[in-house]
Amino acid sequence: MSGSYQVSSNPHIRSKATTSGIMLSVIVALMPATGFGIYNFGPRALAVILVTIASTVLTEYLFGLYRKKMTITDLSAVVTGLLLALNLPVTIPLWIAALGGVFAILVVKLLFGGLGQNFMNPALAARCFLLISFPTQMTAFDCDAYTGATPLAALKAGEQVNVLDMVIGHTGGTIGETSVIAIAVGACILILLGVIDLRVPGSYIVTFVVFICIFGGRGFDPYYISAQLAGGGLMLGAFFMATDYVTRPVTIKGQYLFGIFLGLMTGIFRIFGPGAEGVSYAIILGNLLVPLIEKATRPTAFGYKRGGAHRGK
Amino acid sequence: MAKLTFVGGIHPYDGKELSKDKPIQDIRPGNELVYPLSQHIGAPAKAIVAKGDRVLAGQKIAESGGFVSAPVYASVSGTVKAIEPRRVVTGDMVMSIVLENDGLYEETGFYPVAPLEKLSREEILDIIREAGIVGMGGAGFPTHVKLAPKEPEKIDYVIANCAECEPYLTSDYRRMLEEPEKLIGGLKIILRLFENAHGILGVEDNKPDCIALLRQLTKEEPRLSVKALKTKYPQGGERTLIYAVTGRKINSTMLPADVGCVVNNVDTIVAVYRAVVEGRPLMERIVTVTGDAVAEPRNFRVKIGTSYQDVLEAAGGFRTEPEKIICGGPMMGFSMFDLNVPTTKTSTALLALTKDEVSAMEPGPCINCGRCVEVCPGRVIPSRLADYAERFDEQAFLDNYGMECCECGCCSFICPAKRPLTQEIKSMRKIQLAKRKK
Repeated sequence: MSGSYQVSSNPHIRSKATTSGIMLSVIVALMPATGFGIYNFGPRALAVILVTIASTVLTEYLFGLYRKKMTITDLSAVVTGLLLALNLPVTIPLWIAALGGVFAILVVKLLFGGLGQNFMNPALAARCFLLISFPTQMTAFDCDAYTGATPLAALKAGEQVNVLDMVIGHTGGTIGETSVIAIAVGACILILLGVIDLRVPGSYIVTFVVFICIFGGRGFDPYYISAQLAGGGLMLGAFFMATDYVTRPVTIKGQYLFGIFLGLMTGIFRIFGPGAEGVSYAIILGNLLVPLIEKATRPTAFGYKRGGAHRGK
Repeated sequence: MAKLTFVGGIHPYDGKELSKDKPIQDIRPGNELVYPLSQHIGAPAKAIVAKGDRVLAGQKIAESGGFVSAPVYASVSGTVKAIEPRRVVTGDMVMSIVLENDGLYEETGFYPVAPLEKLSREEILDIIREAGIVGMGGAGFPTHVKLAPKEPEKIDYVIANCAECEPYLTSDYRRMLEEPEKLIGGLKIILRLFENAHGILGVEDNKPDCIALLRQLTKEEPRLSVKALKTKYPQGGERTLIYAVTGRKINSTMLPADVGCVVNNVDTIVAVYRAVVEGRPLMERIVTVTGDAVAEPRNFRVKIGTSYQDVLEAAGGFRTEPEKIICGGPMMGFSMFDLNVPTTKTSTALLALTKDEVSAMEPGPCINCGRCVEVCPGRVIPSRLADYAERFDEQAFLDNYGMECCECGCCSFICPAKRPLTQEIKSMRKIQLAKRKK
């Protein structure tokens, strides 16, 4: 009877959490925002979403065939595709959406070593790539449902906006960013499932609010603050993009610093930049700083004084 | 008051309900008992019997091989069949004394050296050393060394590690319920070695019956108190336990005595009591036999040297063929490939699992989720340390406190990518420890 048992190093039990399970929870948590986007912008939104996901998954599949290592089952390509689609305007030509999907998976993720190795959030990097390459199509928020500027652009131009509509999501914008309520429901799902915590989103949002109170030119104005919070990609970015494991610091202190940095950058871009938006650029810029942030916030092991000498020295 | 605990840790399925209500049973060993000469940390013991000698239960068969070492006693009467290398649970071949059990269980006779009140500090330490007592929670560090720090007057706390945080294990639990007076008696003996110390029994709060019983029995004892600890693995780790009950922190380069603490496990303290009060050397211990593959999970009083096969048979054998058998708990135990190895002073449990969760899951790439960072009681970054170990970047491993890992296994347990983080870090630590010895 000897020799028939499995032998391995401790521990001999494993938690139930899996990578694909985490990805699936993110997909589920994005469903309220996705559903609202389709309701708000009509069936074309669904087409954009399906094309983008098909493009990310197919890219991952073909690369898997080429490298003889199939990775689509981890569902990360689906998450990237969905997030990218939610960050596109509904009027985007489908081929541009598909191109964005290829860029996100192939250039940003796979060429850098695949899941876990990318240094920028693939969906946001692809969005910024498309924003630079196709600025007209990417900022065309006129559609059947809405015409004219997004609420954030209107706000920047000094016009009045309806905050209640913004919270519900009856405004122009990208497919998935408009409804604060739908995003909040998804964020609650992720928090309850233990997939994300409030370190990054919390420090991000608090910093941003403090920043606009000081530099927004309106002081502590609840109307202005809530319009800024509900407008643009802030909520989607803070809860679904800035919390991306791979591209945020792994150290706990680093996560707070990262959130603070994002809050500052978003504030700077929105208040002092030429555009009304700033979340995407703030996050990918923050992604680039992650190695530095981690270095600066390297934890001190249990039982040592911070910065004190230890065995490794 | 906030519950006593530490930062990090995990809540695995604890499996204790399988065996926790099974009273300790004595079992008869088989025909052959094997006593490895190295059942402890330190120099191996030296055999003082020869092939063909008849020995009695309680007779010393191997003497201490140095200061950090411990003697070995026969647990049955019989004849020395061989002194040869035998396989032990870790898979190593270790020089061992093999006894043919004559089934008579004749004892040498046990007498306390003197009444407890008359014993001096040195005499108590001598008795403990002579009884062959080592840390029975798994580490096997000779107890007389642990109890003889340089400045005993600076010890403020003697902590009885009654946490039993490893899933499935119930031997300490049964011991606390069935023989609490021996545990308390043993702790009082140890307190005699440290005049300024207070005795603390730290029990996880998943054992409220033990907490109530021990509190009842210690309410007249000014030098003893019972502290309820939050149930969380690895609460019974030395560093986490000291922190939970005293708020003091030690790292891997320090001993508990450096922060005025001495920690001993339940079975060890009971062994001290039996050695000092009853004059019995260390010959038996409690072993939990459990797991979903075991027919009748039980807690047994096992004569050290009995083979695991015999212990398993006492529990009715396997209910279903297991995929994995483990000596000890599922978090820090060793997986075994053969049951024909002896139980030793540090054998806490035999665990047989129908499904091996480790081989069932393929490791994937790290997604940097940070769960390992959250659960690590050493407050390091396990995913990064494992990465340095994999790439053999020794400097980065050391710079990032790689040596502070206590190998508790929380990181591997929690990892959604199923990466063998503990294993990677453990391997690198072993290499670094070996280098340091040179």
